[in-house]
Amino acid sequence: MKHLALATGLFAASTAMAADKPILTVYTYDSFVSDWGPGPAVETAFEETCGCDLQFVGAGDGAALLARLRLEGGRSSADVVLGLDTNLMAAATETGLFAPHGVQADLSLPIAWDDPLFLPFDWGYFAFVKNADLPAPSNFRALAESDLKIIIQDPRSSTPGLGLVMWVKAAYGDQAGEIWQELADNIVSVTPGWSEAYGLFLEGEADMVLSYTTSPAYHLIAESDASKAAAAFDEGHYMQVELAAKLASSDQGALADDFMRFMLGDAFQSIIPTTNWMYPAKTPSTGLPDGFDTLITPAKSLLLSPEQAGALRDDAIAEWRNALAR
Amino acid sequence: MLQLDHVHIALGGFTLGADFTVQSGAKLALIGPSGAGKSTLLAAIAGFQPLASGRILWQGQPLHNQPPAARPVSILFQDNNLFGHLTLAQNLGLGLRPALRHSAAEHQQIDAALTRVGLAGMGARRPADLSGGQQSRAALARVLLQRRPLLLLDEPFAALGPGLRAEMLDLVAELTTGAAITLIMVTHAPEDALRLCPISTLVANGQAHAPVETGALFETPPPALRAYLGRSTP
Amino acid sequence: MQGARSLPEWPGWIAGLFLAGFLTLPMAAVLWHAGGGSAPQPADWAALRFTVLQALYSAGLSVLLAIPVARALSRRQFRGRALLLALMGAPFILPVIVAILGLLAVFGRAGWLNQILAALSLPELQIYGMHGVVLAHVFFNLPLATRMILQGWQAVPGERFRLAASLGMGRAMVFRVIEWPMLRGVAPGAFAVIFAICLSSFAVALVLGGGPRATTLELAIYQAFRFDFDLGRAAMLAGIQLALVALATALALRFGGVVQGLAGGQGRPALRPEAAHPLLRLWDGALIALVAAFLLAPLLAVVLRGAPALLALPGPVWKAALVSLAVALAATGLSMGMACALAITALRRTGLELLAIGGLALSPLVVGTGAFLLLNPWTNPTALALPVTVVVNAVMALPFALRLILPRLRQIEATQGRLADSLGLRGLARLRWLIWPQLKPALGFAAGLAAALSMGDLGVIALFSDPQHATLPLQVLRLMGAYKTEAAAGAGLLLLLCSFGLFWLFDRGGRHAAA
Repeated sequence: MKHLALATGLFAASTAMAADKPILTVYTYDSFVSDWGPGPAVETAFEETCGCDLQFVGAGDGAALLARLRLEGGRSSADVVLGLDTNLMAAATETGLFAPHGVQADLSLPIAWDDPLFLPFDWGYFAFVKNADLPAPSNFRALAESDLKIIIQDPRSSTPGLGLVMWVKAAYGDQAGEIWQELADNIVSVTPGWSEAYGLFLEGEADMVLSYTTSPAYHLIAESDASKAAAAFDEGHYMQVELAAKLASSDQGALADDFMRFMLGDAFQSIIPTTNWMYPAKTPSTGLPDGFDTLITPAKSLLLSPEQAGALRDDAIAEWRNALAR
Repeated sequence: MLQLDHVHIALGGFTLGADFTVQSGAKLALIGPSGAGKSTLLAAIAGFQPLASGRILWQGQPLHNQPPAARPVSILFQDNNLFGHLTLAQNLGLGLRPALRHSAAEHQQIDAALTRVGLAGMGARRPADLSGGQQSRAALARVLLQRRPLLLLDEPFAALGPGLRAEMLDLVAELTTGAAITLIMVTHAPEDALRLCPISTLVANGQAHAPVETGALFETPPPALRAYLGRSTP
Repeated sequence: MQGARSLPEWPGWIAGLFLAGFLTLPMAAVLWHAGGGSAPQPADWAALRFTVLQALYSAGLSVLLAIPVARALSRRQFRGRALLLALMGAPFILPVIVAILGLLAVFGRAGWLNQILAALSLPELQIYGMHGVVLAHVFFNLPLATRMILQGWQAVPGERFRLAASLGMGRAMVFRVIEWPMLRGVAPGAFAVIFAICLSSFAVALVLGGGPRATTLELAIYQAFRFDFDLGRAAMLAGIQLALVALATALALRFGGVVQGLAGGQGRPALRPEAAHPLLRLWDGALIALVAAFLLAPLLAVVLRGAPALLALPGPVWKAALVSLAVALAATGLSMGMACALAITALRRTGLELLAIGGLALSPLVVGTGAFLLLNPWTNPTALALPVTVVVNAVMALPFALRLILPRLRQIEATQGRLADSLGLRGLARLRWLIWPQLKPALGFAAGLAAALSMGDLGVIALFSDPQHATLPLQVLRLMGAYKTEAAAGAGLLLLLCSFGLFWLFDRGGRHAAA
């Protein structure tokens, strides 16, 4: 069937599948559905038990995902959205498009979680990734004083970029602008997205790149390469928590509930670490894959509440821009 | 009979008037200084130049609102009379109808026309393979196939040497006389006009004058023609 | 005058109407959804300033450099000249991210150039900053500028140079009398096209600009749309971008006279008696070698990085390559059809040419969003992701296609139009027997360019992305996003090979068939 759809090149999965099974439509970000992301394995695992047809629809990244839902409003064909994060939560809640998930779960997050609408499916810490043999600074001030060159992402177009701005804001508050001014001469380049930044780093364009504490696990597990490490910062590390939610307009409410529960089960959660390269929201009974034990574990977890993040965002970005635009 | 009825042409600041009649089967030379409007007048008859006012009639029927291909006219320009990317046979075939595939009967006509202008067996060649004289012959062969009663020549032989030009004019005479074709020809050279055209029109000072007998025109040229010819008496 | 009417004008009007709709309707849909435009913010004006500035620098430098390069190429014949000209076109059709990585492999902090400098104990060269943005844009656009200007040189009849020589003119006089008037006609058009291309730059400007100083309008659109969800502002900014391109083009047409095409460069150079001096020959040779090195070294880096992974590429990448090929072929067909229809009508209505330039100013984000808003009430936009991509790619290639086709068509009609008219060659017969055989080389070149551009363009597919129908550029991004940098380099090379292969096939097909 897939080949037929490919051959005709026109009508995607939405029209091509059997009509007798209920269809669950999940909107997610593009890298989730890619052939190298968690999407294909998750689809197989869920369809084994649900008696349904799970269809992923990809839309850019988290911000693009929310934008698409806002464009579609109540007419969206999505039943579940997977891939928003805490920075988008305030705006997402405000749309009124989402329904309570009703799932009670014992999550493996370093923070308490009790939001009625949004349910985490994975999480990670932002960190600067470097070559393992590079002596790394232990905080932003030390980084600013060093000659090390870093590559970061633009907070206006990228999730990690915004995460970094929030990180500095959460750690330094009113002094954030000052920190950015001191960092300015360390920053080689600001990229539109994570991929470009990480690619540039691997090409040797900088000493460190903004990524996740889990990034070295990819090199270790997939490439047997132990040469990458994350720098531990003593201010603490800012968290990214990736979220899913049920659409209030869904016509597959029960199936969507099933999926939300499935999402925190072993089958889904054990796929996450080695495809999304993040920590599972609920550690599966088999534990984390070998290699994750080598990663740094921050002493302090930083995360602004969605309300704080929403209120601080514009000023924090302006601070960042003014400091770097000089 | 071709009638130019109070024809007035305006091209920017340039104007040209013409008001005369040419009998069917006549051979008329347009003579005059460069830039006087000889080619423009031919273009108007052929349908490439709209009239500001006046009418052009052929056998009493108005022509001036018809598209070029619908007029009873065949025309040869100074250059670009053959399509360089097509063979001679294809070029000639376009004179029969605007397509490049032709019936056996049509091919016979094409071959016959080539033979008549002395290019027998050269149908498969392209214009670039021919000499200047041969190209002119091929263009004339297409005119034959077009079978239009009015032939306009806008100095198509100007680039040829005097001997070759004379040869071409003789060929034109031979081809037109039998077929009762009316010929209007632009020329710079009095000898060409004398050779082929019993009547001539002087085009000068914004006016195409009424045709007169060619010999007489050169015997006693009006001042404008005298200035052009650059001599006081012939 | 009569000539143009011998071909039907209605297809051109339909194409023009479609194009006008395509340029304005998505923007209008976004505005309508937003309930009106909203004012740009102070930061947007800063972005506008930077955008215009970097585009001016980039276009100016590209054209200034292209003039001596084109002159050197116009008067020198050497082995491999045709191949060099073909390869020089490659940067232009390279996907942005692949090109950036190639450029950095040569000019970056750990690049070849700095390795050489370090070996010679010379200070490190810093690529990031305004000069990096301009360097990258010159890399992309110098070949285009060179082609357009070289075309101008080759359009000068060889007799003029011989006449100049017989009159004893030196190089300075030849420049004043022959070359300068030609450049005044050609250079403004080249400048306008490149200015327009650089206006919508986004990733190149940001990455090589080194920070938020290098914020372009396209990034501001991105921010307004995704972050602030201020659709009105996004549409207003896209409108400003479109207006800037229209202004630049109108100025170029006004001051540059007839805009030349960008075909050619394949013909033999004219004999140039005034340039026979051995020192001048050396200078031209050095210039050509330097430019070739500048343009080809990053390409070589792309090839070297990608080659090890090329044969081991995972199945989905090959599948994506097939999807991209299909999209590229469909976009090429549509683009050529529209370009021919527009060119015929534009013989008499020059304004249509201006309209086609609008394709350069399309903001993929706004077009994609607008198309989404327009389609959503009727059908599932994701299902139409590929057709929308085909149309966007076709429209984006249109300015180039039209520039190639129109001047040649004008020439055919000018030299042979009357003869064809007098023979009653109209409509299809005229197309089949007069236009097609002679327009083929220009059509082949245009189709090659359109196919290659479409192949390499990420376009709007990323906005609608559909797991089943990823295109090759999208797969490159996905591989990079999944840490698979080496496979991404291999896929990037595959993309380069496909783009260049398509270009070569079409271009050669056009020229071969005409011979």
